[in-house]
Amino acid sequence: MFIIMPMRSIWRTLDRGLARDIGLVCLADGVVGLSYGAISVGGGLPLWVPILLSIVVFAGASQFLFVGIVAAGGSPIAAMIAGLLVNTRHIPFGLAVSDVIGGGWRRFAGSHVMTDENVAFAMGQDELEQKRAAYWAGGIGIFICWNIGVVVGGLAGSVITDTDAFGLDAAFPAVLLALVLPSLRDRSTRTAALVGVLVALATTPFLPAGLPVLCALVGLLFYRAPKGALEVSR
Amino acid sequence: MNTPVLLVGILVLAVGTFSLRFAGPALRSRFEVPERAQQLLAVAAIVLLTALVATSALMDGHGPAGVARPAGVLVGGVLAWRKAPFVLVVVAAAATAAGLRLLGVP
Repeated sequence: MFIIMPMRSIWRTLDRGLARDIGLVCLADGVVGLSYGAISVGGGLPLWVPILLSIVVFAGASQFLFVGIVAAGGSPIAAMIAGLLVNTRHIPFGLAVSDVIGGGWRRFAGSHVMTDENVAFAMGQDELEQKRAAYWAGGIGIFICWNIGVVVGGLAGSVITDTDAFGLDAAFPAVLLALVLPSLRDRSTRTAALVGVLVALATTPFLPAGLPVLCALVGLLFYRAPKGALEVSR
Repeated sequence: MNTPVLLVGILVLAVGTFSLRFAGPALRSRFEVPERAQQLLAVAAIVLLTALVATSALMDGHGPAGVARPAGVLVGGVLAWRKAPFVLVVVAAAATAAGLRLLGVP
């Protein structure tokens, strides 16, 4: 009931093209989930580990890191800390999409399904209603596909362990790039983003995973709000 | 394998990750955020996502990512810039990287 009502209005608001795009990303996430389940079990972890992580953590990059460290004989506590570092970017994401998520119970469910992909889909829409629909459809869709993928991958074992062979490692950056490009048409945003990119790339060799992307926020120092934007955006 | 420690690691990661996600919405519901700051927060998300694109396209761990993946992302990026359909962008990026690897390009 709680879920069905907003789902219906999400479905009405989404236009067919956007729904198809989101569906494609959900599908791709499902395939990565397959490989994640297979890699985890192939690495000697019991099936419940990748499945539990996918439901309660639900953050792909940190999950890969976690099982990678544990399967290699590392401490689960070290894996947990590494995973948390990778997920720090969710703080600024949450600050940006707070209105999109909504209040009350939605804040809890909506926070849990926050991913790079659905944040990018939301930022790519103009109206709040569309942002909301894109965020929720993406979040719920990815949650379902990811978890199904992990279970099937874990059960099937070594069917798909190398998604690089399909080029999926190139597909995900391309997805995010396509979604942020319209925002980068604004000159000042573009300058901030480019400085951020340089800082992130320069710090990647030295910092633990997750922190370089956070360092990119330095780029915001180069952001100048366009004159009159405040009046226009009202 | 020490199951209790593993379980604790997973559960703390889960609670911590949820807190990181929940922090933004919880903070913003408590304070009136000026319009100017809201705009800056939106730009911050774009800066982060762009940095994520660059690092995931060009880097693998702490080193460079090889050729196939950046080439795939580049093809996708050019298509997106020319306003090609999203599906084409994604499929072309994946196909380029997969094709190059099939040819033995790292």
